[in-house]
Amino acid sequence: MPSDPQAADSGSPAPTPTPADSSPQRGTLWPLLASELSVLFRRRRTAAMLATLAAVPVLIAVAVRLTRSTTPGRGPAFLDRITENGLFVVLTALVLCTPLFLPLTVGVTSGDTVAGEAGQGTLRYLLVAPAGRFRLLLVKYVGAAVFAVAATASVIVAGTVAGLLLFPVGQVPLLSGDVVSPWVAEGRILLVGAYVCVSLLGLSAIGLFISTLTDVPVGAMAATVALAIAAQVLDALPQLAWLHPWLFSHYWLGFADLLRQPIEWGSFGSNALLQLGYLAVFGAFAYGRFATKDVLS
Amino acid sequence: MSGQFAIETHTLTKQFGAQTAVNGLDLDVPTGAVFGFLGPNGSGKTTTIRMLLGLAAASSGTAAVLGRPMPRELDAVLPRVGALVEGPAFYPFLSGRDNLLRLDSADPHAPRASRKARVGQALERVGLSPAASKKVKAYSLGMKQRLGLANALLRPRELMVLDEPTNGLDPQGTREVRNLIRSLAAGGTTVFVSSHLLAEVEQICTHAAIMRAGSLVAQGTLAQLRGEGKRTATVLTPDAGAAKSVLARLGLVPDAGIDGEGVADTGFDSTVTAALPADHLVPEAIVAALVADGVRVRGFSVDTGSLEDRFVALTGEGFDVAQ
Repeated sequence: MPSDPQAADSGSPAPTPTPADSSPQRGTLWPLLASELSVLFRRRRTAAMLATLAAVPVLIAVAVRLTRSTTPGRGPAFLDRITENGLFVVLTALVLCTPLFLPLTVGVTSGDTVAGEAGQGTLRYLLVAPAGRFRLLLVKYVGAAVFAVAATASVIVAGTVAGLLLFPVGQVPLLSGDVVSPWVAEGRILLVGAYVCVSLLGLSAIGLFISTLTDVPVGAMAATVALAIAAQVLDALPQLAWLHPWLFSHYWLGFADLLRQPIEWGSFGSNALLQLGYLAVFGAFAYGRFATKDVLS
Repeated sequence: MSGQFAIETHTLTKQFGAQTAVNGLDLDVPTGAVFGFLGPNGSGKTTTIRMLLGLAAASSGTAAVLGRPMPRELDAVLPRVGALVEGPAFYPFLSGRDNLLRLDSADPHAPRASRKARVGQALERVGLSPAASKKVKAYSLGMKQRLGLANALLRPRELMVLDEPTNGLDPQGTREVRNLIRSLAAGGTTVFVSSHLLAEVEQICTHAAIMRAGSLVAQGTLAQLRGEGKRTATVLTPDAGAAKSVLARLGLVPDAGIDGEGVADTGFDSTVTAALPADHLVPEAIVAALVADGVRVRGFSVDTGSLEDRFVALTGEGFDVAQ
């Protein structure tokens, strides 16, 4: 964030208006961001999405607990390990949520960022306040990214609790065959969570850009989710192998590398680089569009 | 200093594709004025306001608000401007108070320490304090309108831009808004109010401009606008024929009345009307001439054209002025 040496203490009313300065001022971003997060997380829709995500590991755990019979090699990865160790509930849930549920909720939130305000008419009042177009877009993106973190955390927390309550927890065998303590394993799970959060940064940026294109939030949400699905479909076609490393969803399920001893950081790095690339490109598109957009809603 | 004009535009134009929404607007809103911005629906009022507030970019021309070019110095200008643009808009799932807190935090210049107090005062000022904790989705249109006004009042402003501020308000609310505008003006705030409620504009405005189909057709003080309309002399008398000939002798042209001769038969008394040119003799001379000729004058009046007459003359019939 560019800093401004003149950034006046916003706590005292300036006798003369602050000189024109289009750059956001340090220290004045936080009130808007706090307000954005508060509005985001006080929405019933956000709570419902987080609850749905939390329900996934709980359903998995309960289903496995009730049937007690899992056929090794069938169902999502890690599913057959759950009865031995409750911590695998989280990993199974993340494998299930990463391709669909998480992109769905992230698509809804990021697609709503600008289009939602525009559709509601509050965008014009934010801009007249004046929130500043760059500041507003930045705050909107950070809000969407925080939601992605909350969504992932929701799966991890619910999965960990369900796993601990319903299944024994002991030494955890890693994919490389090494066995680690539950604490180390939980640390690895948090790393996987960080990986998933990073994976969603690119999609959030795409959603933000699409959101600047329309005043109809549902359209932006649907388009973002559709893109997430399309990217995964393309990623599954071997004929398009040349395209695969450029798809934002390409490394989404690569977090298994974090479950080896020693940790293989290769996919984490490639994923982070790719996501930052998407963030830079679509962030720039979003600003390019929004900075000159006529707000007529 | 903001100088002589709070709002000044030069050949401000906005095109949407082939359609010209605002065409070569030269608007001068004097500092300290209560300025009525009039025009039928779709005449470009709101588009102009959007350009003034930096929400939409002008296709050509320039605009200055509080003496600074817009939208270039938007960040410096907008904190000094309170605005209600095209109706209120809020987060329905937040309370009225939380909505104002949200919008106030969007302004980086708004002092954080006084935020709650300022929000409380603004709510108090529009009479919404009892409903401050209710969610906005439970508000009536009038309450939302008041909340929109409260948002514009969050900080002391040098300019208030109010787009249809009394829309949806009951008569008491309308009255309160009028009083609010008067008190703002008394405090030195320039008020730019767009409306199609002409009676209201006549009551509170010092200046006005009239838009038609994207172009400005008149602007000036209210007196100027009315004055540019014609004055009419009306004589109430049983001797209509005699009155007519006296008026004709004085160089006036009696209007074609209901009976086609400038004479309307209203029972025993008739009214004779004639347009009164601005440079014409003083009205009392007409009465004197009538009386000298033995015309029984039972009523005489000179009516300055109302703003409504002027408005309809400029923008054409077919607009629901009485709404």
